[in-house]
Amino acid sequence: MEKNVTLIALFAALIAALGLIPQIALPFGVPITAQSLGIMLCGTVLGAKRGALAVLLFLLLVALGLPLLAGGRGGLGVFTSPTAGFLVGFPIAAFVTGLITEKWRKGPLAVSAGVASVIGGIVVLYIFGIAGLSMVLGKSVPEATALVSAFIPGDILKAAIAGMLTAALAKARPASVLSRA
Amino acid sequence: MISLTSPVRTRAHDWPVGLKLAALCMATVLLFKAQSLWVHAGAFAGMLTLYRLPGPVFFRAGLRALRVLWPFVAMLVLYHLVTRTPYVGGVIVLRMITAVGLATLMTMTTQLSDLIAVVRWLATPLRALGLKTAYLETAIALVIRFTPVLLAKGTKLIDAWRARSPRRPGWRIILPFTVLALDDADHIAEALRARGGFDAMKE
Repeated sequence: MEKNVTLIALFAALIAALGLIPQIALPFGVPITAQSLGIMLCGTVLGAKRGALAVLLFLLLVALGLPLLAGGRGGLGVFTSPTAGFLVGFPIAAFVTGLITEKWRKGPLAVSAGVASVIGGIVVLYIFGIAGLSMVLGKSVPEATALVSAFIPGDILKAAIAGMLTAALAKARPASVLSRA
Repeated sequence: MISLTSPVRTRAHDWPVGLKLAALCMATVLLFKAQSLWVHAGAFAGMLTLYRLPGPVFFRAGLRALRVLWPFVAMLVLYHLVTRTPYVGGVIVLRMITAVGLATLMTMTTQLSDLIAVVRWLATPLRALGLKTAYLETAIALVIRFTPVLLAKGTKLIDAWRARSPRRPGWRIILPFTVLALDDADHIAEALRARGGFDAMKE
């Protein structure tokens, strides 16, 4: 029990730290914050339930006013801002990512975790994010989609990285990759 | 760690948190219901007045917190000028700024400890069902304590990379970073167990 709680708490802190460390370059030199990579890793490493709990804990602290979102944002204001849909989608994205990683056990972990990250961390997340944008900005769904489509290629890269990282973590610390425990 | 609370203490800091939260929820619901530009202009002016009341230092801190909205404002203004729908555009822009502004006001004028007390109160029904909310409270404390620790470790990893490579630190850094977090989680779990674990915590 203690290990579950500390893993969930440390991953919540990891999501924050990934969003706050100076930007790191993805392959092809795209500099983006790694916060959504943290959401994907929560699912692929901790599994569906614990991954979603870690993300919920992270969001609870953001709501309490800690500046943990990328760029040092936080507080209740972010939940009424145009990007609030993405925050609502975060825990569900982590859950779906974790569920797919847990259930799909054939083939290499890098592939299943990568595909899980694409479905959970991109498809599911963007459904919520786009719905939120269209509600707050009063725009149609295709218009809101056009607004965020520029970020999708970067997120596909992050999903691939999440897959590789999960496989590497399963080798380095097999006991801590709970999605395959 | 820095938090988003206001640099100056205001009278609103002493108001009951539950009341402030309820008022904020009501205001947000009403804002999304109202369709008249005049209502939104009034609400916007009211929000600005609330920001101005505690003095210029508070006002500037508040404006800084709302800076993230400017790209959206610029985009919306452009869109509604091109489509010639300034009325709808005005409603949407004012509603967005007022809604975020009021919520930020709540965050700025409430202490973290007061909000954690609200979380504990909200968890009362869970305790009545026999669930231990000590888990949640421990987890909150752990995240607050370990975010700066992880941040420092991540910055050190980036420095180590920079000392050895002319290129920008890459995504490869995230693997040792995550391993560090996993190991920390192990050590903390061990330390908690060594002190009796969750069984030793009194409700």
